Amino acid sequence: MLKLDNVSKTYKTGDKALHNVCLEVSAGQVVGLIGPSGAGKSTLIRCINRLVEPTQGSITLGSTDLTKLNRRDLRQARRRIGMIFQEYALVERLTVMENVLSGRLGYVPTWRSWFRKFSPEDIALAHSLLDNVGLADHYNKRADALSGGQRQRVGIARALEQNPELLLVDEPTASLDPKTSRQIMRLIRAACQERNLPAIINIHDVMLAQQFSDRIIGLRAGKVVFDGSPEALSDEVLTTIYGDEDWTQLRADATPTQNEATAVLDLAEGV
Amino acid sequence: MPEQSLTQTYPTRWKRPPVLLTNPLWRRVIAVGALVYLVLAIQTVEVDWQRVYLGLERGWRFVQGFLVPDFTTRWNDIYYGLIESLTMTLTSTVAGVLISIPIGIGAARNLAPAPVYLACRSIITLSRSFQEIIIAILLVAMFGFGPFAGFLTLTFASIGFLSKLLAEEIEDCDHSQIEAIRATGASWWQVVNYAVQPQVMPRLVGLSLYRMDINFRESAVIGIVGAGGIGATLNTAIDRYEYDSAGAILIIIIAIVLVVEYSSSYIRRWFQ
Repeated sequence: MLKLDNVSKTYKTGDKALHNVCLEVSAGQVVGLIGPSGAGKSTLIRCINRLVEPTQGSITLGSTDLTKLNRRDLRQARRRIGMIFQEYALVERLTVMENVLSGRLGYVPTWRSWFRKFSPEDIALAHSLLDNVGLADHYNKRADALSGGQRQRVGIARALEQNPELLLVDEPTASLDPKTSRQIMRLIRAACQERNLPAIINIHDVMLAQQFSDRIIGLRAGKVVFDGSPEALSDEVLTTIYGDEDWTQLRADATPTQNEATAVLDLAEGV
Repeated sequence: MPEQSLTQTYPTRWKRPPVLLTNPLWRRVIAVGALVYLVLAIQTVEVDWQRVYLGLERGWRFVQGFLVPDFTTRWNDIYYGLIESLTMTLTSTVAGVLISIPIGIGAARNLAPAPVYLACRSIITLSRSFQEIIIAILLVAMFGFGPFAGFLTLTFASIGFLSKLLAEEIEDCDHSQIEAIRATGASWWQVVNYAVQPQVMPRLVGLSLYRMDINFRESAVIGIVGAGGIGATLNTAIDRYEYDSAGAILIIIIAIVLVVEYSSSYIRRWFQ
């Protein structure tokens, strides 16, 4: 599905952010990407849709080599990749509906998008996605009128509006409280399961990553130092990723309350 | 007592250390030097008290003229001057805004490629390097007396002002919003329309209204060098020693600036 082969990135400043990263993600797999700040997590997922240009290596999505595309083809490839951002990255002065519909921009000619003339299918899809994330009645509100959790759910709807083949998720819970964080993660996970959608979730909360991913990749100083199941994430592994720390103590502090919550239940709560 | 022991163990006085001149000798030398210069400079000013006396008399006539402003005698001239000025103001602001939007976008480093960026920045620099009066003198020489030269002057000056501030506003945009729209596969125009425009729109409206305000005031000034409008009327009135008519014109200018000022702050709030 997605294959990264020997991807490296050196910034103009000379910082080597990625070092020969090789990995493969199969359909429907949710990958948690963990690592200390500055390990290259954000760079890695931005290399995939080339918001950051990789210096070396190839990235293949399906049968397209993303690194060799010209600008027009790159835009067409980006339509297939949904992205969810840290701090939501909604356009604050636009309505919720415009934000969700902006997921269709790659498919709509400029003059139509200028006059906000989206096709009936696009609009119906946007409404259904907003309904799925529990914001059915908020479509005409301005994005900056929503709470953090609500904004991130609009962000999820925008990414899904693209009908993507792959989700890139950059620190989705960075500025959310623990409970909302879990709800957002559940929502992303449910969306992936429904659509058999692979996702790379870049996240610094190890416990959340463990709880919601099928597979964990640990990045340290631009290199993959761990690639395995969430269960295999032992204290030794965490030490190789992050360096020394009292992991047992940390785990004890953060023991997730194992209630049987689901995305559906969250929405019923109306948070 | 914990408070008492605190004042005993730690210093209780603190003064902000000097930042600019750390050497105390230099601080004193410069202070004394400045004082000496001030005294010497004041002594070089020659005041001819007789002229001051004569001037006072003239000034008083001026003030008297303003105290009894005459709106009626020259009303036709004032009226046409005003209409000309207001037309110049509105048309040049609209033209200026329309031209400076593309130039402003082109001069934003985060949107435009390097050649476009440099071209647009040089247009801005060119427009900003001359004061309105100098442009007006040139354009009056080129296009003759009258409001058309004034319109061109104000448009040209507006372009420099608005493009520069718009470009800076675009460069200050939240990058993550632009990135998010770009990540959906949007084209460059769509990025501008969906990610940049909503962020800069209130500021653009505010700047345009502010520029309209400036253009009205400038239209009164450039009239003096022959570019038409209320400035020309004012100039004629003063040349003919008709201070009462001049007073009326000044009062009208003040009133219009006040109206523009209040309405623009109202419109800005509405566009937030």
